[in-house]
Amino acid sequence: MNNAESFAELPVAPKPPLRRFHQARWDEPIIFELSAPGRRGVAVPEPGAPLVELPGSVRRAAPPKLPELAQLHVLRHYLRLSQENLGVDLNIDVGQGTCTMKYSPKVNDRFAAAVAEVHPLQHDDTVQGVLEIYWRLERMLAEISGMSRVSLQPGSGSAAIYANIAMIRAYHAARGEGHRDQVITTMFSHPSNAACAKTAGYEVVTLMPDADGLPDIEALRAAVGPRTAALMITNPEDTGIFNPRIREFVDLVHEAGGLACYDQANANGILGITRARDAGFDLCHFNLHKTFSTPHACGGPAAGACGVSEDLAPFLPGPVVAFDGESYRLETPPASIGKVRPFLGVTPNIVRAYAWIMALGAEGLRQVAETAVLNNNYLMHKVLQIPGASAPWDRRRVEQVRYSWQELSEETGVHSEEIGVRAADFGVHYWTSHHPYVVPEPFTLEPTESYSKEDLDEYAAILAHVADEARRDPEFVKGAPYNQTVHKIDMTPLDDPKEWAPTWRAYVRKHLS
Amino acid sequence: MTGGLVVGLVVNPVAGLGGAAGLKGSDGADVQRAALARGATPRAGERAARAVRTLLSRRPGVRLVTVPGPMGEDGVRAAGAGCDLVHPPHAGPGSVTTAEDTRRAVRALAGVDLLLFAGGDGTARDVLDAVAGLGGQAPPVLGIPAGVKVYSGCFAVSPAAAGFLAAGFDGRSTAEAEVVDLDEEGYRRGAVGPRLYGSLRVPAARAALSGRKTGSSGTEPATAEGIAREVVARMRPGVRYVLGPGATTRAVGRALGLATTLLGVDVVELAPGGTAEAATGGGSAGGRLVAADVSEAELLGLVTGRPAVVVLSVIGGQGFVLGRGNQQVSPRVLAAVLGGRRGGDALGEVLVVLATQQKLAALKGRPLLADSGDDDLDRTLRGHVRVITGYRESTIYRMCAASEEYDG
Repeated sequence: MNNAESFAELPVAPKPPLRRFHQARWDEPIIFELSAPGRRGVAVPEPGAPLVELPGSVRRAAPPKLPELAQLHVLRHYLRLSQENLGVDLNIDVGQGTCTMKYSPKVNDRFAAAVAEVHPLQHDDTVQGVLEIYWRLERMLAEISGMSRVSLQPGSGSAAIYANIAMIRAYHAARGEGHRDQVITTMFSHPSNAACAKTAGYEVVTLMPDADGLPDIEALRAAVGPRTAALMITNPEDTGIFNPRIREFVDLVHEAGGLACYDQANANGILGITRARDAGFDLCHFNLHKTFSTPHACGGPAAGACGVSEDLAPFLPGPVVAFDGESYRLETPPASIGKVRPFLGVTPNIVRAYAWIMALGAEGLRQVAETAVLNNNYLMHKVLQIPGASAPWDRRRVEQVRYSWQELSEETGVHSEEIGVRAADFGVHYWTSHHPYVVPEPFTLEPTESYSKEDLDEYAAILAHVADEARRDPEFVKGAPYNQTVHKIDMTPLDDPKEWAPTWRAYVRKHLS
Repeated sequence: MTGGLVVGLVVNPVAGLGGAAGLKGSDGADVQRAALARGATPRAGERAARAVRTLLSRRPGVRLVTVPGPMGEDGVRAAGAGCDLVHPPHAGPGSVTTAEDTRRAVRALAGVDLLLFAGGDGTARDVLDAVAGLGGQAPPVLGIPAGVKVYSGCFAVSPAAAGFLAAGFDGRSTAEAEVVDLDEEGYRRGAVGPRLYGSLRVPAARAALSGRKTGSSGTEPATAEGIAREVVARMRPGVRYVLGPGATTRAVGRALGLATTLLGVDVVELAPGGTAEAATGGGSAGGRLVAADVSEAELLGLVTGRPAVVVLSVIGGQGFVLGRGNQQVSPRVLAAVLGGRRGGDALGEVLVVLATQQKLAALKGRPLLADSGDDDLDRTLRGHVRVITGYRESTIYRMCAASEEYDG
């Protein structure tokens, strides 16, 4: 039988409904293993100047053990690794749990590159343009959120949440109310809220959803009291359901003397439609990559923004940019919680977010929200046509949906995770970051404004195909992936610190010696 | 992993008969006859066959052992599989099977690595009875849901899921699962609510999903151990703590270094000189067992006239906190402990409710229920109670008088 694919048959045959995808598998060594003594990327000439005299305390006894490679081999190494990847630039990236992926326009990278050589210790007078971008982005985010001041210092969304809880703690301490030791959150608020509150030493009170999938307001009424430091809540929650009584939630917490903090990491459903301050919130935060198009950067450096009301402004992390009408300078707020990361912020991402907002304008931002909500509801319509898929609570959704494969899983024994992995054989995926696992067999999809109707059709068709496979041949789905770089991953080493090797040095010590 | 594993199967052929017939259960020969008269068809064998098919497709080398006829063999044959048979002594004549037949079959299959049983909560109770008689020789078990009432934790979510769980069983890793059952007579009258009968060893299910956003090490937060640590951390000297039945409250005893009972009500306190910190720090000197498995009258004597706190877990799938399996915590015991407190935080000082977030989520927004036997008292308990869900984690959850919820 001839299995060959046609080469020059014209016109080009139409593509099959599902992509005949196959991921690259380069079997690439770790870059340290590619090192050979004496190899160089650039032959650096002698400096022709006297060597700088370094104090003995900072001088290395031996050169650093960096890999030694030629330029071609460095380039090839990283290009190969990049082929073994499914980033937002390659796949229909609507399934990153609650990570929220959108397109980052490439032109913004060029603006970011323009500030790449600014040194963070340069004098204010020499970086007026950069400070102006910080100032203008802060004013735009203040307008978008309704808040008075915004810190752009945090290096990620969760760092912004942590900065917010640190400000809440400082605010109460400054008023002699340090006894407030409870933070209230909801089951479907992003779990970073509970995590940051706990890290900051708070006891966490989590409100469960009621029969309609909304946090129980009567439970909140019973929960608030003299120990309440704050409510930390996401809205729409990670179910995609918007809490229409959010103003009442905020009021109840205020009446008890607590603060209200709004997780707007993913603000794609509400940009230009509703504002945190208008609902009475005292603090809020954005993830610049989830909403304002900076690259996700896989753990950093990302960027987060903390917005606060006038009362909380003295506690902001420092420094912030001040503007007197003529020039920009750095200042530290009077009761600042200190730095949450070095220097002013992740400047390249500040520049990208600024460029993105400037390119869209106010009307464009609102259109982002409308498109994101439309995309989400279109995809939900397609997904709910797949037998075995459901969206618990049968309520209107905003920008994302936490779906369930419960029915399919009970019939076939195939778990949600396995369906996401099998989808990777078609060049897309979803991963199972849907904490807490309250919705059975969950999968969370959140198309932003970036995806086209054709993208969403393709994604839904892949899920439908895999669900059908699960009924016909569950073992086959459980054996997936087949067309991926890595086939099966054993997760158990992740739970064993003896196996962990975050650096080459640790790897050599733990596994090669 | 393939082969090696020996799996036993017991089917309660009459399980589920009463459900479709609207009889709310299938306990007793009269009810079963009535169900058949109403045109009910047995389905337990078919559901067992489904589990067996899944098990064998996933792990073809498994050796199946069962008993002849509708109590096992028919289900295996319906799955197109072969099996070894054991012949338990058969007592009564005729084709009707009884609870005693289930117990005999379980005892006859005691040598297997894992025992699957198809039925409902009533069947689970029979299995529990038989397993209890086997002591340390008892195999782990796993329920194939086939009954009308399936509230016990020892059941898989579906027949196929039972097959998958059994196929993945490593022969060692087990967890404890509660067996609860409704009083069917009461259920038919509308007075629903399960009571706790005991616990069975079941295969430990892997976390529903193992994918993770970060390398989160350690245990899941919502475990009985985390809840127990929190309870112990809140304990104060000089206060008596009444621990109701259940695996979660027993974990509290364990955290204090005490062997408290699963089904009984126990009274504990911090040991003289012991502190909550010592207990949570892993020290075993934390607690003192004042009395184990007390009667209602003994309990009243132990809590009257001195500060006391009642610690109860949520029983079964319906949210009962009071009145199911913990009748020792009677209206007069509660009145003595409450001392006039009503609702909210004041109530929370003396009534501590324990549940994992998953258990509460499974209520799908329905309230916790109090059915102490005194409607007036139950009504003073209604409102929102603090439920401890983990270490330094809690939620506020609605509680109702059971009479209101079901009369409503």
